[in-house]
Amino acid sequence: MSSNASPWGQRAGIAALVLALALFPLLAPLFDLDYYTGFVRRLMIVALAAASLNFLMGRVGLVALGHAGFVGVGAYAVAVLAEAGWTSAWLVWGLASVAGVVVAGLIGSVALRTRGVYFIMITLAFAQMLFYLAVSLRKYGGDDGYTLYAPLNLIGGGSGVSAITASGAPLYWVVLALVALVLLALWRVEASHFGRALEGIRDNETRMQAMGYPTYFLKLCAFAAAGGVASLSGALLATQNGFVSPSLMHWTQSALFIVMVVIGGVGRRWGAPLGVAVWLVFEEVLKQFTEYWHAPMGLLLIAVVFLAPRGLSALSARKAAP
Amino acid sequence: MDLTFFLEQIFNGLGYGFMLFLLAAGLTLVFGIMDTLNLAHGSLFMVGGYVAATVHAQSGSFIVAVLAAVAVTVLLAVLLEALLVRKLYGRDHLSQVLATFGIVLVADDLVKFFWGPSPIMAPTPALLSGPVELLGLPYPSYRLLILTAGLAMAAGLYLLVNHSKLGMLVRAGASNRAMAEFMGVRVSRVFSIVFALGAALAALAGALMGPISAVQIGMGESILIPALVVIVIGGIGSVRGAFVASLLVGLVDTAGRAFLPSLLREVLTPALAADVGPAISSIAMYMLMAGVLVFKPSGLFPARV
Repeated sequence: MSSNASPWGQRAGIAALVLALALFPLLAPLFDLDYYTGFVRRLMIVALAAASLNFLMGRVGLVALGHAGFVGVGAYAVAVLAEAGWTSAWLVWGLASVAGVVVAGLIGSVALRTRGVYFIMITLAFAQMLFYLAVSLRKYGGDDGYTLYAPLNLIGGGSGVSAITASGAPLYWVVLALVALVLLALWRVEASHFGRALEGIRDNETRMQAMGYPTYFLKLCAFAAAGGVASLSGALLATQNGFVSPSLMHWTQSALFIVMVVIGGVGRRWGAPLGVAVWLVFEEVLKQFTEYWHAPMGLLLIAVVFLAPRGLSALSARKAAP
Repeated sequence: MDLTFFLEQIFNGLGYGFMLFLLAAGLTLVFGIMDTLNLAHGSLFMVGGYVAATVHAQSGSFIVAVLAAVAVTVLLAVLLEALLVRKLYGRDHLSQVLATFGIVLVADDLVKFFWGPSPIMAPTPALLSGPVELLGLPYPSYRLLILTAGLAMAAGLYLLVNHSKLGMLVRAGASNRAMAEFMGVRVSRVFSIVFALGAALAALAGALMGPISAVQIGMGESILIPALVVIVIGGIGSVRGAFVASLLVGLVDTAGRAFLPSLLREVLTPALAADVGPAISSIAMYMLMAGVLVFKPSGLFPARV
């Protein structure tokens, strides 16, 4: 955000990044890197959920330890709708996001009465309830999860002749477009009147109340919207994996989202994507060399806390500014 | 449902509650005094469990095992506090969560390195393997030991916190650290003692829980969440709150698992009851916490006024 590059330089950089990501599925097979198309796609999907959490943590000051719950809502919405015979990916994803907004709205209406650590714990509590709810859904596999056999279609489907299924490279490009759009929308929201009001609430809620802002309602809107984005991410994840299971919403997943956001930089524009990329790439590489990959990850966390207290994305900005 | 089963479950619930209290007491004091959220508390519990199980198998003496577990864990905790946790005072909660989560990851791998990835056996002490008569019903004597030890520790902690010089300083630090420092209390030294004490209690809980639950990697994380639930229900920084909340959570959790399935079978179809029963009993303590926070957003006994 506070980078010294001109807006045009920034835009060129973003365009180059999007172009490079878009070309990746075409170039990867040439270098025998097909596997990594799926990896990069997963990375982008996770970044979507992390970005929505970063919005909550950075803009509104809400540390939610239940974000994986909303990811799970989206994933299970896909399972339920696909089981019911829906084939249009767009409709299913749309409904999954709406489901996320509704669930997050309900949970937020109770959770936002508390603050600080109590908020962290009550969001965890609701996510655990969603987790055990998913475990008890025997129709969808309970503990073992549920495999989605019928693929969703991006285009066509009625006749099934010219249908493009939501998988492979087409799904990759759709995910890239969606992630870019949502990130752009989040940045727009941050600069909007609504976003400024949220920042005001983060810094001094009492004053914002005195100024006549409906702070509870604004926070609820932000929480519900972030839940919707996380749910979309869950829906995309379910589509890409063809599988849903309660482990998607285990509390350690929620904790990982927070970890990735903090590594990247809370409230920073590139915080979520950077944190997700660093964490997942580090994990992927370490797993190939050793079964003791937890300890290096732990040391990385401790190093970030002491060496880059405002996150990795703040490092370059701090060097640039005297 | 017969009375024997009912009483047995109540006792089990109380025992679980006491063990939760041993963990929650340290956690709530560390949080209350230094405003430091220590996720690695569960790892101390795990170390206690592993050391006790190993020493017990090697030496054959349960008492030696428990003492060794407490000693080793306290030593580790003192090191941890001096090297790392002390540097986290005054940092925001997120940094503390991140760094102590890092410790959890490192601790899990270290345990895996020394003891291997599979769970290890923690033997029940031979003397305590039979049942004893408790209120006219046979009750496993080892579980009675847990109840007694938990009760004794709770009483000891009550005396320490409410009727000793150290306890007075601890309470002063928890209710208003800045003011206590102005009055000349070296809060950071009090805190170091409390951190070590919390580690001793966590190790004791780990050593005692070993024979009745699995000693495995991840045991710390799985008890950390109920312990956090306990300190939030009780009000952060309050030992009294942690005590009441531990027993509440212990009873609700155990009673839910024991009684709910059969109660649900009375009103629902067997298939539905089999699905819903375990789910509801698993979320019972979270519903308790959510319910408490809706009416008391800072827990039952907020320490900070």
